[in-house]
Amino acid sequence: MSEKQYKLLTCTINGKKTETMVDVRASLTDLLRNDYRLTSVKKGCEVGECGACTVLIDGEAYNSCIYLAVWAEGKRITTTEGLLGPNGELSDIQQAFVDEAAVQCGFCSPGFIMTALEILDSGVEYSDAELRKLLSGHLCRCTGYENIFKAVKKTMYKRLGKEWKDC
Amino acid sequence: MYDMKALYEAKSVSHACELLIEHPQSQVIAGGSDVLVQMREGKRAGKELVSIYMLDELRGVTLDEDQNIRIGSLTSFSHITHDDIIQKYIPVLGEAVDMVGGPQIRNIGTIGGNTCNGVTSADSASTLFAWDAVVELTGPEGVRRIPISEFYIKAGKVDLRPGEIQTAILIPEKAYKGYFGHYTKYAMRNAMDIATLGCSVNVKLSTDKQTIEDARIAYGVAGPIPMRTKTAEAFVKGKKISKELMKEFGEKVLEDVTPRDSWRASKAFRCHIGEVMAERGLEKAVKRAGGEI
Repeated sequence: MSEKQYKLLTCTINGKKTETMVDVRASLTDLLRNDYRLTSVKKGCEVGECGACTVLIDGEAYNSCIYLAVWAEGKRITTTEGLLGPNGELSDIQQAFVDEAAVQCGFCSPGFIMTALEILDSGVEYSDAELRKLLSGHLCRCTGYENIFKAVKKTMYKRLGKEWKDC
Repeated sequence: MYDMKALYEAKSVSHACELLIEHPQSQVIAGGSDVLVQMREGKRAGKELVSIYMLDELRGVTLDEDQNIRIGSLTSFSHITHDDIIQKYIPVLGEAVDMVGGPQIRNIGTIGGNTCNGVTSADSASTLFAWDAVVELTGPEGVRRIPISEFYIKAGKVDLRPGEIQTAILIPEKAYKGYFGHYTKYAMRNAMDIATLGCSVNVKLSTDKQTIEDARIAYGVAGPIPMRTKTAEAFVKGKKISKELMKEFGEKVLEDVTPRDSWRASKAFRCHIGEVMAERGLEKAVKRAGGEI
């Protein structure tokens, strides 16, 4: 690149309005990690396959590695850091990941949690097959997925006010 | 950081056309799930990009005054799947694009990008071929509309003239009214995979549901670009529905398809599954249309 190209970006990150002078070549992952130190957003494959960098943009789950930072203009970005309560309390889905031992190395967890949040916020009761499909954009090399699936399913039932039987 | 030479952000469709004329070496980026990945791989490294991603006027599905379905080119796959108009009139398109990549890819990937890419394996393409879709292109000289079969020129090449961008995909009323379809994607995995072969079938039955009034079938990966198999279509037209007819329909498909041997599958295998997919796809489409076999 002959000369660097910057742009003033205004967006909301985890509820806070932000203004950033951003390099137009930056991905949203670059912006969140480098400018805001939101390191729950992992750099995995960086080509949209592993899902480790997943964040919510206006409520929908996106791979932030293949999303240009400048596209975040005017949008609401949420990362797992934004899910904590005022005193650092875990959200329901994060607690479910702990309870169900859905975490081993933890690299895929923040991404999975953000996708789970899009699923849970829809308020829909999904079948097992639908849930598995909705979670299919993430790779986990440790857990074999079963406990992650259980954590999401359990939280889904809980939010719907239904009893959850171990699956 | 992406290895790009420069990024030009379009503020409107006409601005996008101006930018493309001003920077003839530049490439259009819509959702970027292909462009950015190829830039990362080095294939498109160092290029200038014209971003149309922020043009919200190119998003959404509407019915125009002639009841044609109009899909804005930047409508994401997940929005197409969940759209009320799509679910009511052409649910099969929603089902087909629900098989692209994974959930996050379906939130960013656009139907315009899927078609402008010119790849034969695009999950939306075979269904759009099967529904006689029309592509709307907007350029410095105005708007032109062409059938999707003419839009595809060869592998990776579509009929986009200098300064032009795709602004919508239209499904004419006469192409969808009374038709029911089914899409099959054959791939090695259920997510994050490219189709080994994709097949979209749709039918219109007679009022007594005994005869096939019209049938259309299109494939992805059965040739360098998506294609219809007209011999099979002509064969079943006007025939009485039967189990044998489905089988013969599958056999007729082989007269038109030209798949190749690749590292993902051999030609022989693709022909075999192509036949089976046609047979089963027609069966499912007929059932969906209310027919019995």
